[in-house]
Amino acid sequence: MTSTIIWTVVIIAVLGLVLAVVLYLVAERFKVEEDPRIDEVEKVMPGANCGGCGFAGCRAFAEAAVKASDLSANFCPVGGNDVMKKVASILGYEVAEKAPMVAVVRCNGSCANRPKTNDYDGYKSCKVKASLYAGDTGCAFGCLGCGDCVEACQFGAISMNEETGLPVVDESKCVACGACAKACPKGVIELRGKGIRGLRVYVSCINRDKGAVARKACKAACIGCGLCAKNCPHDAIVVENNVAYIDYTKCKLCRKCVAVCPTGAIHDVNFPKPVEKAKPAPKPAAPAAAPKPAPADPAAAPVAKPVETAAKPVEAEAKPTVKE
Amino acid sequence: MRRTFSIGGVHPADSKISRDCAIEALPIPPTVYISVSQHIGAPAKPIVAPGDKVKVGQPVAEPGGFVSAYIHSSVSGTVKSIGPRKDLAGNMQTCIEIQVEGDEWAEGIDTTDTLITDFTDDNKVIMDKIKLGGIVGLGGATFPTHVKLSPPPGKKCEMLIINGCECEPYLTSDFRTLLEKGEQVVIGTAIIKQVLGVDKATIAIEDNKPEAIAHISEVLAALKAKSPKFNGIEVLSLLKKYPEGGEKQLIDAVMHRQVPSGALPIDVGAVVQNVATALAVYDAVQKNRPIVDNSVTVTGDCLPMDRQHNYLVRVGTPISFIIEQAGGMPEDAVKVISGGPMMGKAIANLDAATLKGTSALLFLTAAQTGRQPQTNCIRCGRCSQACPMGLEPFLLRKLTLVDNTEALEQNAVQDCIECGCCLYSCPAYIPLLDIIRQGKVKVMGIIRARAAAARAAAEAAKAAPAEKK
Repeated sequence: MTSTIIWTVVIIAVLGLVLAVVLYLVAERFKVEEDPRIDEVEKVMPGANCGGCGFAGCRAFAEAAVKASDLSANFCPVGGNDVMKKVASILGYEVAEKAPMVAVVRCNGSCANRPKTNDYDGYKSCKVKASLYAGDTGCAFGCLGCGDCVEACQFGAISMNEETGLPVVDESKCVACGACAKACPKGVIELRGKGIRGLRVYVSCINRDKGAVARKACKAACIGCGLCAKNCPHDAIVVENNVAYIDYTKCKLCRKCVAVCPTGAIHDVNFPKPVEKAKPAPKPAAPAAAPKPAPADPAAAPVAKPVETAAKPVEAEAKPTVKE
Repeated sequence: MRRTFSIGGVHPADSKISRDCAIEALPIPPTVYISVSQHIGAPAKPIVAPGDKVKVGQPVAEPGGFVSAYIHSSVSGTVKSIGPRKDLAGNMQTCIEIQVEGDEWAEGIDTTDTLITDFTDDNKVIMDKIKLGGIVGLGGATFPTHVKLSPPPGKKCEMLIINGCECEPYLTSDFRTLLEKGEQVVIGTAIIKQVLGVDKATIAIEDNKPEAIAHISEVLAALKAKSPKFNGIEVLSLLKKYPEGGEKQLIDAVMHRQVPSGALPIDVGAVVQNVATALAVYDAVQKNRPIVDNSVTVTGDCLPMDRQHNYLVRVGTPISFIIEQAGGMPEDAVKVISGGPMMGKAIANLDAATLKGTSALLFLTAAQTGRQPQTNCIRCGRCSQACPMGLEPFLLRKLTLVDNTEALEQNAVQDCIECGCCLYSCPAYIPLLDIIRQGKVKVMGIIRARAAAARAAAEAAKAAPAEKK
C-alpha cells in the first residue's frame, strides 16, 4: 500500500521533471522575440479596446506604435495627449499635441421641428431602418432616432433625449473614439474639435435637399441660403449641396453666422448665456451680468449644459408654440 | 415526378380575395409623375423638356447605359416639370411631371383589341421593338428584357420558362392577365422563344389557379392548330409553395436544375420571364405598344368584396389617386404595401407614383402587421428548413451582428433572395431578414469591389505589354 503511493509520487515527479525540461527546451527553441516596449506602451494605454484609434484594441495599437517610425499616424483618442506623451517618452519620439475632439450630432430634427410623416414599426435599428426607406419624417438625411449610436458607445456618453428624439452627447464622457459616427448610417454624427473651453459653433443639419424642400421637412433645416458664408469674416463656412459646413479649424467663434441664420440651424454651445433671449445681442461681454438674471430663470441655465447639442434652439423654437 | 422546388419554402395562406375581379381600366389621373428609375440599372435620361407636348406611348427618356430601358409617356399632355420627387420609400428620384390633356396616342400604335397571331421571323426587328418598347421584367425585379434576351456568347439557352406562379399571397394581377389575355401571353411566349432560339418553353402556373391552367391549355391547343410556331410550348401545373415564383426556385421546380451560387439562370440553360412581361412583349412587337400601363391588384382583408379590384393603371399614377378611385382608405388599414405581403414594401409616401413594376396595393390592418415581441433563438432550425436557398439564417444573423464578413461570404449570404421565409417561420419572432439584409448588402459591396479591382488589374496587365511593344 505504502509502496504504491511512493511509486506514484516518484513516477509523477520524474514525469513532471522530464516534461518541464522538454517544455523549457521547446520554449527556448521557439522563442518569439518581442519588443519589450510593446508591453510598456500597452501598460500606459487606457485599456478600453474601443478601436477608436483604428486598431483592433490597445495591444494592436501598441504594436503599431512601436513599429512606426513616428507617431503622426497613431493617436489614442481616449487617452488623449496625456497618454500620447507617455507613449512618446517610452519610444523616444516627438509627439505633436492634438486638439481634443468630441462627437457632435448634426441634426436638429426634433419631434417639434420635424413632423413625422409616417410611423415606423419595424425592427428598432437605424441601419435596418435606413436600408428600408428614407425615414419616418420628410427629411431623408437626418437622425433616424433608433439609437444605434447609443448602443455603439462604450463610454456611456450618448443617450437619447426622449423629448426631442435625438441623441445627446455627454461631453465629459465622450472620448471621440468615433464609434457612434461609424454606427450612424446617415452620417449625422461628426467628430469636431472640442474647442477652447468647449466653445463650438456648428451647422446642426446635413440635409442636402433644396431649401424649400428641406424647410418643409424640418423647421430647423439648413436651407443652403449662404447668409452665414457671406457674413463669416474668416472664410470658415462653405455651402455645398444646399448645406452649409463650418470648418472648425478656421472658425474663430465670432458667432456672426448664428445671428444671421434664418432657421436657427447653426448652433453655438457652451457659450455663457447672454441676457434673456438675445441672440443678436450686441456683445457677448454680457456674461458678466449673467449671474443676475440666472436666479430669475433657475431652470434655464443648468439645462443648457448637459443637453448641449440641442437644447438652445429647441427652447427658442418651442417656447412660442407653448405660449400659443 | 416532383412538381415544386426541392429546398425549403413555406405555405402562407392563399388569400387571393380579388381573384374574381376582372381587370378594369383605372381613369387617367389629372397629373402623372413618371420616374426615370423604373428598372434595375442606370436611370434613363429624360429627352423631353418642360413645355413639350407628349402623346401616349411617346418616349420621354432614353436608356442611360447598357443595362437601362426606354421610358414612355403614359398619357398625352404637357410636360410640366422635370425634377426630384419622393418615391414610395421617400427617397428623391427624378420624375417627369406630365399634365394630362385628353388621351391621344402616338402614331403607329395599334390600340385595338384585334389579336395578331402571326409574327415576324426577323429576330432583330423583334429585339429592337422590345428595346424601344421599354420592356422590363414585370415579375418584380424590373430587369431590362432586351438584356436578358441576349445571352452572353458561349452560353446556350435550353428552355424558356414563363412565370405564372404568382406565389405571393393576395396578388391576382398575373392570374387575371392569364385568364383575360391568355392568347396574348402565349403569343408573347412564342415570340420570346423564337428570339432565344429554343425549342422548349414552359408556362408554369401554380395549382391554386386551375382556371388559368385550363384556359391557357385551351388557348395553346387552338394556337398550335393554327401555326407551327407554337409547338414546343407546354403548360405546367406546379404545387403551390412560396417562393415558387423566385427565378432560381422556378428553374428547380421546372427543370430540376439548381443554379449554383453566384451563377445566372442562363448558366443552367434557362431564361425566366414573367407572364406580364410576355404580354408586354406581345404588345410591343405586335401592336407597337410600349409599356404605358400595368395591372395592379388593390386588395386587403379590410376591404369589402365590392372594393377589391384589379386595375389597369397608367405608369406614373399617384398611389393616392388609385386609393381614391378604389373608394378611399379603409378605416382599419394601418399600412399600405406595394407588392405582396411577403416581399412587398410598406409605402412611406402615398403621393408617390406607380412604376412599371408596381404589382399591387395591399391594405393591412394593425392585427396583421404588428410584430410579436422578439424572444431568444431556441435553435429549432425552422429558418434553415424554410430557406429556399439552403442557407442558415440563424447563423447569418449572428455573423452579421458580429460583422464577420468573411464567414458571411463563406456561408453564401450573397445568395439570399430576401423572400422572408426565415422571418415568417421563426417561432421566436427574430427579425432575421432585417438583419441578414445588412450583411448581404455589405458582402455584395465587398464582392463588387473585388470584381472591379480584378477587372482594373486585368486591364492594366493587358495595357502593360502593349506599351512595351
